[in-house]
Amino acid sequence: MVAHAIFFYVFSIIAVISAIMVTVSKNTVHSVFFLILDFISISCLFIMIGAEFLGMIMLIVYVGAVAVLFLFVVMMLNVAQQKNKWFNSETTSSAHIPVGLIISTIIFFELIIVVGGWKYKPELSDQNTTKISNEISNTHSLGQILYTDYIHIFQISGMILLIAMIGAIVLTFRQRDGVKTQSYLKQISRERSEGIEVLEVPSNKGVKIDD
Amino acid sequence: MEYINLVFEEIYKILFLLVPVLVSVAMIVWLDRRVWAFVQKRQGPNVVGPFGLLQSLADALKYIFKEIIIPASSNKIIFILAPIITMTLALIAWAVIPFGEEKVLANINVGILYIFAVSSLGVYGIIMGGWASNSKYPFLGSIRSAAQMVSYEVSIGIIIINVLLCVGSLNLSDIVLAQQNIWFIIPLFPMFVIFFISALAETNRPPFDLPEAEAELVAGYQTEYSGMMYAMFWLGEYANILLMCALGSILFLGGWLSPIDLYPFNLIPGAIWLILKILLLFVLFALVKAVVPRYRYDQLMRLGWKIFLPLSLTYVVLTASYLFYFNLLPTI
Repeated sequence: MVAHAIFFYVFSIIAVISAIMVTVSKNTVHSVFFLILDFISISCLFIMIGAEFLGMIMLIVYVGAVAVLFLFVVMMLNVAQQKNKWFNSETTSSAHIPVGLIISTIIFFELIIVVGGWKYKPELSDQNTTKISNEISNTHSLGQILYTDYIHIFQISGMILLIAMIGAIVLTFRQRDGVKTQSYLKQISRERSEGIEVLEVPSNKGVKIDD
Repeated sequence: MEYINLVFEEIYKILFLLVPVLVSVAMIVWLDRRVWAFVQKRQGPNVVGPFGLLQSLADALKYIFKEIIIPASSNKIIFILAPIITMTLALIAWAVIPFGEEKVLANINVGILYIFAVSSLGVYGIIMGGWASNSKYPFLGSIRSAAQMVSYEVSIGIIIINVLLCVGSLNLSDIVLAQQNIWFIIPLFPMFVIFFISALAETNRPPFDLPEAEAELVAGYQTEYSGMMYAMFWLGEYANILLMCALGSILFLGGWLSPIDLYPFNLIPGAIWLILKILLLFVLFALVKAVVPRYRYDQLMRLGWKIFLPLSLTYVVLTASYLFYFNLLPTI
């Protein structure tokens, strides 16, 4: 158990420190790297409480895909050179602080309500409708719950994600004029007999090639 | 005291796995160059040692004694971290590869997800290296590589779902044991082909080596690297290729199982069979490098998103319906 506790504290300290560094680091790309470190240490925490499926999915989805896109955008926009004006209270930063304060206060109170509920009414945390048995792996038990009791919620969240994806594509899609696209079928089905034409060229007159 | 002994035992096990992997990475570089040379009717490296077997060692020695140059305008910490991350990620994935029944370092429940996660993290070494170099060619190479690896991961993930439908477990040993009757390459042959091509793209091998296309980008994300740091990128790359071959042989070629379950073949230990299968896949990788020209970038993206993704998704539906209809779905 000692080793377990040591690992827990190591991962959680890394998670907290990197979460702080995300907001205070001057370079935007460094912020994203700290965010990735945060994701990784949180997925380690998931694995430590026995939720290995969630931990791995967290790694695959957030670190392997979402954070790559973050990095992609941050690097492509080249915002790395802009210094983060978090500490000097100049024009831009003072406008963001009230909003940030409001959001963090709301989240803080929500956490207090949830944790307080567990503390004062311990039976609240046992309100799960489906019990997970310890005999099967948590991948199996997740699948058994997700696709039976919560199938509608699962499907609806899938639909919402699909709509969000379509929305993002519609917002960024532009029909541009004058763009030449290739037809692969046309390219492959081209034969030498129709691609090349041999002409007799009369001298001093040339030939007319219609394109 | 008991605890310390346990730790030492684990360290011995890890060394017993990692040292052969590193040696075989060096050998595989030699094999790659040899196969490539024979296809082009050349000799390839044949001077150092018997058949040139020690060529990789000589190269490694050269890299060790070369100076490590860190560009003045680079981001130094990330520049140094990038090859370390590439190599570490390529090596830690080997922890869950089973070389036989119970012959595995970590027999975890979600082994296949672990390998998938680690190989999807591999893109960070490349992005970090490209960005930290603070130079045009490495940056372009790393941006290309990020898009390419994320795209082909999707199809690899869906191919893995195909296999998992037939197995009913995420454990790699269970996946191998499920193939005792029939290797998955036979019912899932189209998926094996797509897996092989996606693995080529995932490991930045030719014909999909656009992140380091020497005709356009010098050496891509490795341009600014020298000495041992360059060698670490290289080692990581080849360790990743070996890992993909191992994954392919576990998912489709029956892992450590012998091809025929009869007397003389049974005597050969499973690890040898796995190594032979890995080598077979690797020779295929090397042959592809020698015979196929490089893809253009838009064609690469088209192949990933418009062809492989729909094909593998359709095959998931087909596999699931087949298993459901004939009542073959695995039970827990």
